[in-house]
Parts: sequence; structure tokens; C-alpha cells
Amino acid sequence: MRAAKVLLFVAWIAVLAATPFFADNNIVRTAIMLAMYSVLAYSWNFIGGFTGYPSFATAAFFGLGCYAGAIVEHAGVPMALAWIAATVFVALFAAVLGAIVLRLRGHYFAIGSIAIVEVCRLVVSSWSSLTGGGNGLNVPLLMWHPNTVAMFFLYVMLGLLAIVFAITVFVDNHRLGFGLKCIRQNEDAADMVGVNTTRYKVIAFVLSAFLCGTAGAVYASWVGYIDPTDSFQILLTVKVPVMTLLGGAGTVLGPAIGTAAFVVLEEFFWANFLSWNRAILGLIIVFLIFFLPGGLLNTSFRRVVRRLRGRESAGASA
Amino acid sequence: MDFAQILANGVVLGALYACLAVGFSLVWGVLNVINMLHGSFIILGGYLTYFAWQMFGIHPLIMLPIVAAFLFVVGYALQAIFINKVVTAPVLVTLTLTFGLDMILYNLMTVYFSATPRQVTLGLGSIQLFGVYLPVVRLLGMALALLLTGLLYVTLRGSRIGRAIVAVRMDRSAAALMGIRVNRIYAITFGIGALMAGAAGALFAMVFPITTNLSGVFLGKAFVVCVIGGLGSVPGALVGGLALGIIESFSGVLLGPQHALTVGFLVMLLLLIVRPTGLVGVKGYE
Repeated sequence: MRAAKVLLFVAWIAVLAATPFFADNNIVRTAIMLAMYSVLAYSWNFIGGFTGYPSFATAAFFGLGCYAGAIVEHAGVPMALAWIAATVFVALFAAVLGAIVLRLRGHYFAIGSIAIVEVCRLVVSSWSSLTGGGNGLNVPLLMWHPNTVAMFFLYVMLGLLAIVFAITVFVDNHRLGFGLKCIRQNEDAADMVGVNTTRYKVIAFVLSAFLCGTAGAVYASWVGYIDPTDSFQILLTVKVPVMTLLGGAGTVLGPAIGTAAFVVLEEFFWANFLSWNRAILGLIIVFLIFFLPGGLLNTSFRRVVRRLRGRESAGASA
Repeated sequence: MDFAQILANGVVLGALYACLAVGFSLVWGVLNVINMLHGSFIILGGYLTYFAWQMFGIHPLIMLPIVAAFLFVVGYALQAIFINKVVTAPVLVTLTLTFGLDMILYNLMTVYFSATPRQVTLGLGSIQLFGVYLPVVRLLGMALALLLTGLLYVTLRGSRIGRAIVAVRMDRSAAALMGIRVNRIYAITFGIGALMAGAAGALFAMVFPITTNLSGVFLGKAFVVCVIGGLGSVPGALVGGLALGIIESFSGVLLGPQHALTVGFLVMLLLLIVRPTGLVGVKGYE
């Protein structure tokens, strides 16, 4: 079963990796975005899926990664080193922050994590001497052929995705994953039977952060320009959990499936209903909550069909 | 600027913040739902007031109860149709659902109303009291905000519905055993939350230019006020609102206006960690 899941995932990466050879630039761009969102969704899965903490801090980690990478690269450090620097910075940030905010639970944790995104965005936009403030920051672009550049960033993102997937499989089969699932079900009971909840939660929080930092830094190098509103989007912070929930939170393949479904839907609606794009995303969320509460992987589709039919017949009789 | 002026500005702002946040706080305290729609409700209230004033010349003070009643209906319907179905689900689900609903409402507003900043200009001039300049509109806004917040307090304390809401907040199952229809109380509470948001929006439209892009900002203020003051109680929202108004006013002068918002959020994070029940909150709302 585990081998089948890994095989499926490898096949999916292979499909994405092959896009530059048979598809146009727009598809390749979508593939890069898909890989990036998958990295974010898998990362969120550690804290939101396995541990069950409603974290909305993803955008903070991503944005800080963007800025850390861009600032270091701006100072003349080679690109790969800048990415590593961003990763380390975001991991440290998450470790320190996690030790503080993970004492909160439920609604307070959710609000606290949203506030972290806002504070990061506000600090970055007002610290103009370092970050360029609201004017944003330019990152040196790669001077290769555009197609080569796109291919390069696609493979980097897919590399990150492979790393985060490997960590997910490892955590899922390791006592760490078991402990995190215990915390999700009942934190006090987990504490009582000897799970070091504080340590486990901080580890999950750092796992959920550090690759977001890398992905942010890589994104900054790819697009060449970042600004505070783009890097710290509150929309991103909700989108990523929605992608994971769409696939199935706390599962090994869920984030990949959810992200793929979401990105395809989003691209389609962007292309066809530009001014209604946000409302349609909202409708997807409402549909998800009511009809696919466990995500695509955990839903019995018979029940969904029955429910939809039930609706229709009830509507007809009324 | 002297001390009294900064304080007065802070208090005026704070009263508006209290009115803005009290509905959000009530919904959070009673339903245990973080209502991400709150910011858009405020904007909707403000826009309806503005358009009634601009197109039909209806005075904002006449429009205020109409807008509030309309938003009550909207809130009641949203709760009864959608949110009641998942009201006992974990915070991730309810928050995501209200966020999805907010995206729909936000999109509708940007398409039909556009995001242009709009403000009702009544031109009432300003007065000077003990060396402090105060525009009359702001004083009026403050007075109405306090009046509305006080009305909500009296309703919760005195009326049958109010007592039922408080009972459900204290213990949902015990309230159900006493014959209170919990789902209906939830819908009424959500309606009241939307009503207060609409009224606050009408007041804001008289004092500041508002635009759809501000919905996130208003929502952020509601978070901060709730955490500073404590959840689910009217006095909590009042204390939190006034505290935030005064903090913003002073930090705006001392550190520059661009940092006022950051300071508010930092105070909130600090309080979350040190004293999650808020300044006047009650323990037990997790």
C-alpha cells in the first residue's frame, strides 16, 4: 500500500517534469505553480493535518522566505546559498515563534497565526531601508533562455516537492507522526501517556515552515520582483489549508491531489471568469465544507451522490 | 499635538472600534465561530448608507436602523442556511467556511459597487472643548457607537432573547434542556453580530472614507479588540475598543502613523500569550 502511494507520487512528479517537452509556456508556468503550492500544502499538512492545529501562518513563512532570499541575493550572495540562508532563517523563526504561540489552542491559535502574517507584512512594508517598503524589491534575474529558466525553476520546485514528500512518508511511519496524531485526537491524553507534546508541536511547526521559506526564496528568484502585498497574501494563507483539506488532511497523497484539483479549477476560472474569480473560489470552499468534509481521499462518493440526489428530490417535492 | 487632543482622538476612535468589534465578539463567544465575514458586513453597511445618501438623499441617521435591520436578516439567513450545519465542527472548518462566504460577498461588492473609497460628507463643522478640536461628525459617531453598544448590553441583560443568548453561551446543552432552541439562538446571535457590523459600517461611512479593500483591516481590528478585551462580553469589547483606539492614537503620534497598526497587532499577540482571557474576560472560552 505504501509502495503504491510512493509509486503514484513518483508518476505524478514525472508527468510534471515532462511538461516542458510537450506543452507550451503557460502550462509549464502552471506546473511550476502547482509544484510550489504542493510544497506549501504538504508543509501545512504537518501542523494542520497530522497535528490538527489550525495554522494560518503559511503566508508568513512564504513571505519571509521571499524577502530573506531576495535580500541575501541582492547583497551579492550566489542564488543557491541565498535559498539555503532563507530556509535556515525561516526554520529558526518558526522554532522561536512556535515555542511561544503553540501554547495557544483552537481559536486563539488560529487568530494568533493570522496576526503573525499581518505583523510580518506590516514590518516588511515599513522597514524600507532593508526591504524597499511598499516599492518592493528586485531580484537579479537569470540570464538564460526563458525556456531554460522555466525548466530550471520547475525542477527546483519539484526537487523541493520530493523532499517534502519524503519527509511526509517518514513522519507518517515514524513515532513522530504517531505522536502528532495523538495530539490531534486529544492533546491532554497524549501528554499523559508520555508524548512530549511541546517538543512534538514545535517540530511539526518547524516542518510546516522551513520548506515554505525555501519555496518563497525560489519563487522570488523566479519572478524577479517581490512586494509585501504579494508575498504576504492573506488569501494564500487560506488557500493552502483549503488545498490540503480538498485532498484529505493528514494523509500522504491528499495534499498533492487537493492542490492539483484546486490549481486546475483556479486556472480555468481565472481564464474564463476573471471578475468572478474570488466568488467562485468561495463557492468551491463552501462546496468542499458541505459535500467533501474529509477531502477527496476520505469521502464515500456514494454518500455524496445520495446527498445531491436527496437535495434534488426534496427540491422537486417542495 | 498635546496630550488631551491625542487622548480625545483615541477615545473617539475607540468607541467606533468597540461598536465594530462587539458583534464579532458576541458571535465568537456564543457560537465559537470566528466570523471572517464581519469585515465585509461592515463595508456592506457603509456602502448601503452611502448609496442611500448619494442617490436618494436619505440621511445616514435614518438609514442606520434600516441598514442594521437588513444586515440582521442577511446574518440570520446565512447562519440558518449554512453555518448552523457545521457550527460544532473544529475551528478550521468554521473559519474556512466563513472565509469562503466572505470571498463571495466581497466579490459581489467589488463587482456591483466597485472599490472606490466613499464617504458621506455631512459638513457639520467642528467644536472646541478645553483646547481640544473635535469634528461634530466624529462626536456624533462616537455617541451613536456608545449608544448602540449600550443598547446591545441592555438587550443581553434584560430581554428574554438576551438571557437565552447568555444561557447558550454559558452552557449549550444545559440551555437546550431548559427548552431554549439553540439553533435559533445561534441564528439570532449571528444576525445581531451582522446588525452591529452594519450599524458600525454606517457610522464609519460618516467619519472615514470606506472601500471594499478595508474589509480585511476592519476584521483585523475586530480580532485585536476581542483579544485585548476578552471574548463574548459587551464590556470586554468596550474596554478592548477604547484601549485599541488610545494605543493607536498614541503610537501613531509617537512612532508615525504607519506603525500604529503594527503596534495594535503586537499588543494583541503579547496579550494572547500572557493573558488569553483578555483584560476583562472570563476563563473557559477555548
